[in-house]
Amino acid sequence: MNLRRTAAMSRKEFTQILRDPRSLVIAVFLPLIQILLLGYGARLDANHIPVYVLDQEGSQSSQALLKAFQASPYFDVINAVNNYHALVRAIDADQCKLGIVIPWNFSERLDDAGRTSVQALVDGTDNNSAQLAEGYAQVVVATYARNVQLDWFARHGLSQQATSPLSVDYRTWFNEDLESKNFMIPATVALVMALMGALLSSLTIAREWERGTMEQLISTPVTALEIMVGKLVPYLFVGLIDAVLCVVFAVGWFAVPFRGSLGAFFFITTLFLVVILGIGYMISVATRSQLGASQYALLVTLLPTTMLSGFAFPIDQMPAPIRAFTYIVYSRYYVTALKRIFLSGAAINDLIPEIVALTIYAVVIGFFATRAFRKNLQ
Amino acid sequence: MIVKEFLQLRRDRYARFLLIVPPIVQMLIYGYAATFEVNHVQIAVIDFDHSQESRDLLSRFAFTGRFEVAKILANEQELKSLIGRSDIPIALKIEPGFAELLRKGQTAHLQVIVDGTNSNTALIAVGYVNQIANQFSQDYARYRLNQQTPAMATTVPQISLEQRPWYNPDLNSQWFFVPGVIGSITLILVVNLTAFAIVREREIGTLEQVMVTPIRPFELILGKTIPFFIVGLADVVLVAVVGTLWFQVPFRGNVLVLLLGVVLFLLSTLGVGLLISTLSSTQQQAFASSFFFLNPAFTLSGFAFPITSMPKAMRIITYADPLRYFLIILRGTFLKGVGLEVLWPQMLALALLTSVLLLVSVARFRKTLD
Repeated sequence: MNLRRTAAMSRKEFTQILRDPRSLVIAVFLPLIQILLLGYGARLDANHIPVYVLDQEGSQSSQALLKAFQASPYFDVINAVNNYHALVRAIDADQCKLGIVIPWNFSERLDDAGRTSVQALVDGTDNNSAQLAEGYAQVVVATYARNVQLDWFARHGLSQQATSPLSVDYRTWFNEDLESKNFMIPATVALVMALMGALLSSLTIAREWERGTMEQLISTPVTALEIMVGKLVPYLFVGLIDAVLCVVFAVGWFAVPFRGSLGAFFFITTLFLVVILGIGYMISVATRSQLGASQYALLVTLLPTTMLSGFAFPIDQMPAPIRAFTYIVYSRYYVTALKRIFLSGAAINDLIPEIVALTIYAVVIGFFATRAFRKNLQ
Repeated sequence: MIVKEFLQLRRDRYARFLLIVPPIVQMLIYGYAATFEVNHVQIAVIDFDHSQESRDLLSRFAFTGRFEVAKILANEQELKSLIGRSDIPIALKIEPGFAELLRKGQTAHLQVIVDGTNSNTALIAVGYVNQIANQFSQDYARYRLNQQTPAMATTVPQISLEQRPWYNPDLNSQWFFVPGVIGSITLILVVNLTAFAIVREREIGTLEQVMVTPIRPFELILGKTIPFFIVGLADVVLVAVVGTLWFQVPFRGNVLVLLLGVVLFLLSTLGVGLLISTLSSTQQQAFASSFFFLNPAFTLSGFAFPITSMPKAMRIITYADPLRYFLIILRGTFLKGVGLEVLWPQMLALALLTSVLLLVSVARFRKTLD
């Protein structure tokens, strides 16, 4: 590999990027828009869950329970209906996710038998929100029930029984407030990097084929490896600038903690960019058309990065064959590393497995990309 | 014109591949990988008390099926490094003296250390921990009362929450995602195809050739879009059949209602595709623009992230997203089995959005032809 020729190749590619204002816009604005959109849009927290209530009893205690629902920050009691049918219609029409029904004999059963129940009709369509809503509803009812019990103990002179046998103390690590933005946004950085890398690099070679300038390049003495390195170095720079933009936004705008080392972040980001640029390059070498290149690029970068990297869906909950498959999804390592750098303050020596995996990937991809290119020339 | 367009699609190797393989692969991957269920969460336990009570509490965790006791630890250091390396998301710790406090009628403590990195899984898991701890607490209180004043024990007031998840009683993730995948695959496919096909003709210069023939602009647009409409329809059917049969998702509604939604939605995606084609002069631009549209359309549709959890400004933007309405129609017909009496606002909104999109894009398209 001749450094001078490679540098010349890079310079040419740089000039080409700078001369095309549109590609610059893509390189800067696309990541910004992505991080803003996903930062605000990709949240899983269930707050302000819309609730309808049906109070068939209308007593003081039933009203007190409903007030407890109203006071919870997780629920918005938006309507009180007076018949079951109206509640069913509201859930059917997506007007509420949770319907609380207090039966007509709620307090009567509590006084007579000491046991009573409330119904929670949950729209199970979105199983995740439904599960969170159920959890929060449990807490509201349990707290209310606890107060009723305390009252009862006091009235029956059993105050010594009033202490609760068990209390649970939670210590949450890394994402103390359990906010979904804190794990979605670092993963979004990975998504943006994957996209930008694939998008930019997949089109470079295909463009040269389509315009016929590839023949000119081939007639010069540059080698396959030099073309690849020369073409990709400028995009590596663009990618690193995007990475800085992403981190600035994640920390400055969305207040995601960044606890790890910047060195580790840049090191692993560079590795990831090499892998993704290599993949994009390989695709564009193999397909020779911009349409094909862009479609394949989306297919091998966007889909695995959103679905199989642990971006939003936890890998340990997937069926075993899919879980095994995720080990060959390169973004999996990057997403894991990013989450740990941002939230648990990981340094380079905490990320050895991820670094090794990405390095192997980079070498293999580089090898195949140069080979594919040589073959394509013949 | 339509025949020509079809012939071209059939000849194009990539196009043929893109029409059949990715939709099915996506359906299968999404169906299996997209899960928000929380089962078999690995937990580590550390019991310094070694009493009957502490063992009773810990064994309740193994019984639920939600948790799997993966490690039994002897000291705190191990626990710290396990959680620190994100090897295990939850650890339970019981201090010495746990049983003694219980027996004395005081409050004993269960310490739960949670790796909050994935806040969603952590929240759901914490919900389960709460339920188990609460049940233990109730049971022990009754037992205590029963020993002291047996007469009163049965009358301690208890209030329970009976939960009835509708439409998806087992809270199965696949039932939620499979109908959604039908919508998102269709969106990506049709918008990309339409935008690219037209831009490519312009780039190659064959669009000019077509224009010098006596064909009228309106006929040209129809001829260009009808094949994509039919392809889109075929793909919806393909993906829907594969998805419902493979993952056994119920279809409870009316096929005709769904069909109406599909037609409206396909028309809106054609509108978007046409619009993108008028905005871009090269395939690269078309690619970037379609991406600019597709990604937000996907994120803001409610496909995976609940719209009610978004900030207000984002929620307002979602009303301009055709996929948002189509997803409600899909889930409404598949899972809820509701008909037009419930879905008419979505149909109406989709029809309006489609008309606006088609009017604007056709007007712009005609202008680019002149």
